[in-house]
Amino acid sequence: MSSCPIPDLTPLATVEAKSLLPKDWTADLSAPLGVDLTVAVTELIRRTTSRMPQDIIDALAAGRDAEVEGSRSANTLDTMLENIKLADEHVAPLCQDTGSVIFWVRHPFGFSQRLLRQQLRAAVREATSRSWLRPNCVEALSGKNRGDNMDPFGEHHPVIHFEEWEKPEVSVQIMLKGGGSENVGAQYRLPDAELGAGRDLGGVRKCVIDAVTRAQGQGCAPGILGVAIGGDRVTSFEMSKEAVLRKLGTPNPDPKLDAMEQRLTEDLNSLGIGPMGYGGHTTVLGVRLRELYRHPASFYVSISYMCWSSRRMELHLDAAGHPSFS
Amino acid sequence: MKRLTTPISEADIRELKVGDEVLLNGRVVLSRDMGHKYMVEHKPEWLRPLLEESVIYHCGPVVAKHEDGTYSFVAAGPTTSIREEPYEATVLETYTVRGVIGKGGMGPKTSAGLAKVGACYFHATGGAGALLAERVKRVVDVKMLEEFGSPEAFWIVEVEDFPLVVSMDSHGASLHAEVATASQARAKELMAQK
Repeated sequence: MSSCPIPDLTPLATVEAKSLLPKDWTADLSAPLGVDLTVAVTELIRRTTSRMPQDIIDALAAGRDAEVEGSRSANTLDTMLENIKLADEHVAPLCQDTGSVIFWVRHPFGFSQRLLRQQLRAAVREATSRSWLRPNCVEALSGKNRGDNMDPFGEHHPVIHFEEWEKPEVSVQIMLKGGGSENVGAQYRLPDAELGAGRDLGGVRKCVIDAVTRAQGQGCAPGILGVAIGGDRVTSFEMSKEAVLRKLGTPNPDPKLDAMEQRLTEDLNSLGIGPMGYGGHTTVLGVRLRELYRHPASFYVSISYMCWSSRRMELHLDAAGHPSFS
Repeated sequence: MKRLTTPISEADIRELKVGDEVLLNGRVVLSRDMGHKYMVEHKPEWLRPLLEESVIYHCGPVVAKHEDGTYSFVAAGPTTSIREEPYEATVLETYTVRGVIGKGGMGPKTSAGLAKVGACYFHATGGAGALLAERVKRVVDVKMLEEFGSPEAFWIVEVEDFPLVVSMDSHGASLHAEVATASQARAKELMAQK
């Protein structure tokens, strides 16, 4: 198989031409109860499911260049890059597991979270009916699938985190989190005698190495690790997911954590697990660490594994209500 | 790169070794968690003609239904196979299946089943849903769609040049076991560092 060049995604103008949003659509943020984000969020889902963020593409291409030409690991990374190109061209889902749908919504004073929730749910229903999202939400015990991605018992899926902020702008971030990668996430409680991991950054490092070694290729390596240090069990896992939203190539604002992220990336890429676990150098694309508060008696390390098909995007409305996707 | 077409003979399977890259053609049956539980608990006879000398694919596809009632796949990459470990050996033996496609590899019970029946575990690139859907040329039929829902149903499809790596062969070898052993040794070294 010959090397697949770094895919050039279709020009933004082509993507815009297929947009569900009418040209020149804006939201009037001065009348927040009248704003309807349903169509804009449906468009956000359409783009997220078919268009890989550029930082991930660059990291996969760099990984491919680090592998031996013609090896299984190089061929596998080529297949991934070719898949990114095809999904973008056809506006088709990058992966059939379109994941659990997770939103982070930040809005100014005056918005109704009840209305926003209804709009986001309508957008997910619409995207599912258009086959942009696979119906992935089933009853826990029976496995029964309603087919619309709505939680059959309450309103816990799609997952929506709300926050009111000071800015006169709106931000809707989305992550599509696949089940295979979610299954290899892990939570540790330090100290851990078996790992010889104490309550310090060195202990955290051992947890991450252990989790990635246990995961092998099963989270669809090369993955991105979101790691939260501290918190209670729930907050810790929540923040480990949010940590994955930071773009690759963006340094950690905390220098000691930034240095550890780089060290861990090198450590993990020496394990020899490689793309899909076939062996090779590229086991992870990056590590994202985040320090939290903790109760003096607890020291949790929570790890979310994001697969190579790391689908995330942001819909941003500026103060004038103009939408942009990034 | 070897080409294989279903129905596959036992002799063809016995020739394959871990690490071989294969292009698969012909009929493939999709099945995952609910399908495997169902096959082991009920052993339905109607599946026999579909599975004999054929290949099972661990996949829950995104499917488009067209106005004329036909279906096509929009995204169809592999799902994690280890969840079928309790069932797979029984399924292989019950229906004389010649191959299992999935990702992540499987355990010792399946490995023994592959050796006994004469079957391989083929690894597909996880997440390459768009590319692999392109290689599914036709959706022939679907069974248990109502009962299981779309991702879990038995989809019967024709594939063309479906790109795979043999990661467990019919002689007991496993690429996954080799990589796991080597990486665990390296992890131990890393953890010993300050």
